[in-house]
Amino acid sequence: MRQQLQDLIEYARLLYEDVDLTVVSGWKNRVEGRKAIGHMPIYVPRELIHAAGMLPVGIMGGGDRLEIVRGDAYFQSYICRIPRSTIELALSGRLDMLDGMLFPAICDVIRNLSGMWSILFPERYVRYIDGPQNFEGRVGGSFWKHELVQLRDDFAVIAGREVTDENLRESIAVYNENRAELRELYRARSLTPWFFPLSEVYYFLRAGNVLPPEEHTVLLRKYLEEAPRDPERKEQDQSRIVLVGMFCEQPPHGLLVTLERAGCWVVDDDLLLGLRWIVDDIDVEGDPLENLSHAYLTQSVSTASRYAAEGNRGAWLVDSTRRNRAEGVIFSAASFCDPALLDQPMLVSALDRAGIPHTEFKYSEDTGQFAVIREQAGTFSDSIRLWSES
Amino acid sequence: MTKIIEHPASVSKERSMLMQKEMISAHYDALATSNDDGRKVVYTFVPGNLNELVRSFDLLPVLPEINALQSGMRKLSGEYIAEAEKQGHSEDVCTYVKCDIGMLKKGNIGPTGTKLPKPDLLLLSYTGCFTFLKWFELLREEYDCPVAMLHVPYQADGIIHPHQRDYVVEQIRTEVIPKLEEVSGRKYDEDRLREMLALSSKAEDDLVAVMESAKHVPSPIDAYFGGVYYIGPIFSAFRGLPGAVDYYSTLREEVEARITAGEGPITPDGPMGPERYRLIVEGPPNWTSFREFWKMFYDEGAVVVASTYTKVGGLYDRGFRHDPSRPLETLAEYCLGCYTNLGLPTRLSLLEQYVREYKADGFLINSVKSCNSFSVGQLLMLRQLEAKTGIPGAFIESDLVDPRYFSAANVKNRIESYLQMLDQKRQTVSA
Ligand code: SF4
Ligand code: SF4
Repeated sequence: MRQQLQDLIEYARLLYEDVDLTVVSGWKNRVEGRKAIGHMPIYVPRELIHAAGMLPVGIMGGGDRLEIVRGDAYFQSYICRIPRSTIELALSGRLDMLDGMLFPAICDVIRNLSGMWSILFPERYVRYIDGPQNFEGRVGGSFWKHELVQLRDDFAVIAGREVTDENLRESIAVYNENRAELRELYRARSLTPWFFPLSEVYYFLRAGNVLPPEEHTVLLRKYLEEAPRDPERKEQDQSRIVLVGMFCEQPPHGLLVTLERAGCWVVDDDLLLGLRWIVDDIDVEGDPLENLSHAYLTQSVSTASRYAAEGNRGAWLVDSTRRNRAEGVIFSAASFCDPALLDQPMLVSALDRAGIPHTEFKYSEDTGQFAVIREQAGTFSDSIRLWSES
Repeated sequence: MTKIIEHPASVSKERSMLMQKEMISAHYDALATSNDDGRKVVYTFVPGNLNELVRSFDLLPVLPEINALQSGMRKLSGEYIAEAEKQGHSEDVCTYVKCDIGMLKKGNIGPTGTKLPKPDLLLLSYTGCFTFLKWFELLREEYDCPVAMLHVPYQADGIIHPHQRDYVVEQIRTEVIPKLEEVSGRKYDEDRLREMLALSSKAEDDLVAVMESAKHVPSPIDAYFGGVYYIGPIFSAFRGLPGAVDYYSTLREEVEARITAGEGPITPDGPMGPERYRLIVEGPPNWTSFREFWKMFYDEGAVVVASTYTKVGGLYDRGFRHDPSRPLETLAEYCLGCYTNLGLPTRLSLLEQYVREYKADGFLINSVKSCNSFSVGQLLMLRQLEAKTGIPGAFIESDLVDPRYFSAANVKNRIESYLQMLDQKRQTVSA
């Protein structure tokens, strides 16, 4: 592998493995008075944090790299893993550098976790972010705009500075660039998945949780340039897969490697969906909060936690499968993840109606054994390749 | 999430029980003949339901949560859940949903043995629980009918902010009412709604008097196991109707008579013996072994004097009343204020107030596997409440309607040793 590429991957990998968030502390320490705001999956309007000169930090649990000492005492066994490792991160002091924490509306676990946070850390800024499920501008839109104004004002207080419309416009432009680069990565991977294996792409996506967006965009750009230059990356006969269900609790990295080894090229997924929640550029001209709100109402992704007013729950998945010329879908949800698992039967029906093959399994962030998944994904991958060749 | 159930047959029937029974059977009769009678049906959820509004259009509500718990009590839920799991629903998710889907797949026979009508509208009142969203999206796949979505924001800080209320009002105005008009073929009649809201408020006064009667020592009611019967009409299809007003005034009279006579709660085995422990309970009950579960308490002389489950359809005891002078605003505030729509700090402080106001000896959390809305954070609540009140709490785990998750022996053991611990504590204090 070329050195430049190797260095890039190594850098992104280290960021991913940095459970202590030293990169965030480093960023803060470089300039006196810098602030950072953490947020859980999926979507928060990071533009507002950025416009206040602060760093948005995506917190997605501790993965398989964190020993849970205290977290288990807070959650019953039938609750998914991400809240317990997130509490563990906080109780062990690893999130002390954060100047606030946001909990977006995604499920009752994250929702109640926001209350637990307020109880456990009464001195810290905590906010539950209730994105509208009504998508009419004058109804859901005006509610959301009100929430955005409140957030902007809160962030101005935390940052100790005014957040102007001009600041907001600049931040929207910065995130437009970032999202454009992410779209480019997804487009390129779909065309030539052998250049962009999931186990690597994932590191670069995760980097978006902790790097300032400008740096993340540059990193993505370099990776997009370097990966195809690697002479060892060659087209191989692997199946093309869309991966669904990983929008919140994160899979262990080993699981992603396992899917590759089982013969799957992942050509679309819902990993780190919050980075790509708004699917198109947001208008930079005009009232920035209005534009952010409008984008939320009209340019958001389809996912389990967002009401599908128009019905046809699985349409987006069928569409993604076709657009990306995928041969099958792998449902991979975190154990006990209500949104993903309740959504799944509807997605399955849509795929069945469209004649698209699928398989499913569950994981948790600390899953350590992948033999069964490898077997299952391998069999699935072989079968759909045979299917599409016949 | 809540219930309309008949009192067990062995209980000596008080007039209110018979009234409730009649109300329920008349409702199911109306549902059974709704197709022939040309009446339209709206499916909706218990917390934050808009019963008065629905009824003001002469529509008939069906509450799938109640069908699920009824199936639990009638020992059918296990079979229904198995059916749903066979059809690809995960073992990990809320069993109310699976019970409902399983029932549907097996012919949609309701609690009274007749087939339930299909919905003409799914009113997705999205209050206090994310699962509701997925539940009705799943039902939408089964029925070709419109959905009215009512998103009720969460009260993370326990305060109803004006923009939250306005958002709910606007949705009622622009999403819910037009769809109710379309389905019913009638125009929105605000005067009729006001009349119903006035009736709601009357019944709510009496309900509060009944629930707060448990402040007496000994308590004349069990505010959890008995309480789930008392909340039945007002949390479901009857709020805003004259029948509910009559029911609650009768119930109140009966309870007041019991106070005068110094009597305790009535249990399925007749009047309860001497009150030995006064408890607060957080979390829904288990329905598949409901009587067995209750017996574990009354056999020991333990009476539940307040519970949070009986607040999922509104915190009337904290002062909320439907206000006919502000019809849509009051409905919005009602939706916003239901127990599971409140942030954990508010829930915790409510429990703390209950422990003090009701002079409780202890408190118990029944953590149900199905319900993340209730359950996430309960272990922290337990510890916090212990610290705030100086009283040790008990924690048990079960499920709503999945019989696989109710281990009678374990639960009984837990309860008995908890009560013993409370005894020891008393002895130490008095020594
Ligand atoms: S993994 Fe699923 S259930 Fe758990 S917090 Fe995330 S969305 Fe909620
Ligand atoms: S998760 Fe809880 S509140 Fe929601 S439907 Fe299930 S039991 Fe009811």
